[in-house]
Amino acid sequence: MDDAMTGHARSGGEKWFLPLIIWSFPVITVALGLKTWFPPLASDHGAGIDRMLRYLLLAVGALYVVGNAVLGYFVWKSSRQEIVTARMASKASERRWSLIPAAVMMLVAEGGVFVLGLPVWGQYYSAPPEETLTVELMAEQFAWNIRYAGADGKFGRATPQLITLNNPIGLDAQDAAGRDDIVLLNDIHLPVNRPARIRLRSKDVIHSFFVPDFRVKQDAVPGMTIDVWFVPTQTGTFELACNQICGFGHYTMRGLVTVVSAAEFENWLQEQSPI
Amino acid sequence: MNLHLEHEPRSFVRRYIFSMDHKIIGIQYLLTAMFVAVVASLLAMMMRIQLAWPESRWPLLERILPEAVSDGVMKPEFYLSMVTMHGTLMAFFVISFALVSGFGNYLIPLQIGARDMAYPFLNMLSYWIGLLGTIIVLASFFVEGGAAASGWTAYPPLSAVRQAIPGSAMGQTFWLLGVALFIVSFTMGGLNYFVTVMNQRAAGMSLMRMPLTVWTLLISAIIGLLSFPPLTAAAIMLLLDRHAGTSFFLPSGLYFGNRLLENSGGTPLLWQHLFWFLGHPEVYVLLLPALGIAFDVLAPFTRKPPFGHRMTVISLGVIAFLSMVVWGHHMFVSGMSPYVGEFFSIGTLLITLPSAVIGVNLVASLRGAAIRFTVPMLFAVGLIALFGLGGMGGIFLGTATSDIYLHDSYFVVGHFHFVIGGVTLFGLFAGIYYWFPKMFGRMMNQRLGKIHFWLTIVPFYLLFLGMHFIGLGGVPRHYFSFMSYDFTRRFQGMQVQVTWLALVLGVAQLIFLFNFLWSLRAGRKAGLNPWNAASLEWTAPSPPPHGNWGAVQPVVHRWPYEYSVPDAIEDFTPQTVPASAVAVTR
Repeated sequence: MDDAMTGHARSGGEKWFLPLIIWSFPVITVALGLKTWFPPLASDHGAGIDRMLRYLLLAVGALYVVGNAVLGYFVWKSSRQEIVTARMASKASERRWSLIPAAVMMLVAEGGVFVLGLPVWGQYYSAPPEETLTVELMAEQFAWNIRYAGADGKFGRATPQLITLNNPIGLDAQDAAGRDDIVLLNDIHLPVNRPARIRLRSKDVIHSFFVPDFRVKQDAVPGMTIDVWFVPTQTGTFELACNQICGFGHYTMRGLVTVVSAAEFENWLQEQSPI
Repeated sequence: MNLHLEHEPRSFVRRYIFSMDHKIIGIQYLLTAMFVAVVASLLAMMMRIQLAWPESRWPLLERILPEAVSDGVMKPEFYLSMVTMHGTLMAFFVISFALVSGFGNYLIPLQIGARDMAYPFLNMLSYWIGLLGTIIVLASFFVEGGAAASGWTAYPPLSAVRQAIPGSAMGQTFWLLGVALFIVSFTMGGLNYFVTVMNQRAAGMSLMRMPLTVWTLLISAIIGLLSFPPLTAAAIMLLLDRHAGTSFFLPSGLYFGNRLLENSGGTPLLWQHLFWFLGHPEVYVLLLPALGIAFDVLAPFTRKPPFGHRMTVISLGVIAFLSMVVWGHHMFVSGMSPYVGEFFSIGTLLITLPSAVIGVNLVASLRGAAIRFTVPMLFAVGLIALFGLGGMGGIFLGTATSDIYLHDSYFVVGHFHFVIGGVTLFGLFAGIYYWFPKMFGRMMNQRLGKIHFWLTIVPFYLLFLGMHFIGLGGVPRHYFSFMSYDFTRRFQGMQVQVTWLALVLGVAQLIFLFNFLWSLRAGRKAGLNPWNAASLEWTAPSPPPHGNWGAVQPVVHRWPYEYSVPDAIEDFTPQTVPASAVAVTR
């Protein structure tokens, strides 16, 4: 026998270190997992997303702990014996140990999707209720143009052909519906507990509307108009980030979402002047 | 086949440079990958330094690439070039080159008992086209605007419109050409693997007697052949959008720099579908060979056959099929129909079933074993640990509902580094330490190898585990600095720790490089079969001559995992030993 096998087979401390390292990974992971990582929650459907995430952290985390425990145990045991004690399992045993993990994953992964995931997904993508406030968001490198429909509740016609420095979304002055539209930059105001629909568009490249506290993330794609709706449940100021690589200023494309009471919102809206 | 033997080339150039010998081509791929890995790792460490200490000054970088730095500080667009190039180089020109092309070329003929690949000339062409692609991609750092900066996914319009970002000037064109050439090269290689496995197996080498490495390489080749061509088409379409005024991916109304573009009628989502139709199967093209190597490295160092061999082969086939129909899970928040999204979510999570079977089979292969802690064995066990966490992180991202929050966050970065960074890297190291004696006739230093292992697994695990948690905090990827937002700034302390771990990990790889180069010249001489392994390649001389075997091709009598056969004198029985000498157990 070449001494590549014998000379290095059992001399090292691997039979101690390797199982210990394998066991330490889930311990570290669980210790980290017990800390609070999510930002505070400030939206209605966000609770469902958090529930989905917590379920996965628990269920998948448990599988991970068990998996590493068993792996470490086999390494521990098998590095302390000179001869093979279980050479080949029976076909039935091999089939059983394929069926069990498959069944567990079916239950944990697909079960999670069907029981916890689908209802939230369905709510997130359902049609918003009647009383929803619609705000249009036109993303550009590296800012968010915000438009409210104004007193008439109707958005005026806008087209990229009319975009100028003073008319960042290309509002058509000929369209009466647009005369009372309010166009702002980077700071969205929303009333608390009223559904808000963000109508996303982009002027140039793909951006992504991400408000961590709302658990809302949706790409804004040029050439498409994509709606996303949610109900803010907390007042306060929340950060809006771009979540899709969009150019050199991607990391600074910061906006704010200011959520206030319904009365404060109406007052604020009155104070804004149409362009 | 004898014809081939007679034509053994004599000149240095025909023998080692423009070689048609599968072993030389495999080693050429491996060495190219190692060179590119050095570049791509340096990019990663520069990125990490920038993220941890955003005010860093870069005098040396300024000398090499004046455009990358302004007033001594790195430009954000150069950071995005580094991200893009790190991903592109690692996925295509390191992992794919080394695992699929390097080991594929080197091992397939040796492990199935062939004298060479079915098409040696095509094989040579595949390497040189691949190398041309590599050079073009690397050269893009030095063209107008610098290297591509739209991410390794190159989503238009960012990648299509030169005004969008400096990297979308000539750099993106070079990127597209380089990637297209990579696909051409891979297609030639893949065809070769498929035909070779189907037609060139030695007598007695039935499909179920092939080592799992060959199985995984065969399946990777099939997945690649079916899923890569659409991206070649997409790359050409994007080149036309960029240079010929077409609008495959560009809608009307695009507005850049106070000017309206004339494009109309295209959609950016089309690119995403075409890209991920390649991109997701690509993950499995890279991952599966690493798993195959793990099984084949475990067997000789556990002195027993792998657990659930047949179930593993079936699971690999199921993964291959499913990998082709789940690409949309990269697009849950892209604006794609939510109904389609849910289909992709359910399909994606089906992959956890065969993956869990393979994971269990890997773990169970250690049960009742007699472990030999060689360096390849350490990396193979490390691979199992990485595959566990990597696979499980995938469940969070494959579930559409949780992906709304985690999409494009650091959770994703941590996840794919575990899977196509870690499992593949550990498979690669396990394979190199294991087959090095066959390739070069010398052993690598085991002591250095073990130091390399410990200094790799610990920082690797903690570094990318940390990224998962940063991602749970919502931190998006592709940020040049985390200082603009409160919700990203609160993890800055952890970002610094992650950077230190990355630096340790990077420096530790120098031990491997040193060991590799030193062992080439000074490693202890290896015999024919230094690991007492049973598979076919260990019956050929180390290194094998042109044609691999002497005048007589081997005949195979058993599967490649005949370890500890009851009543046999030795604890391994090579595949060439007839049943009359030692009982065949499968």
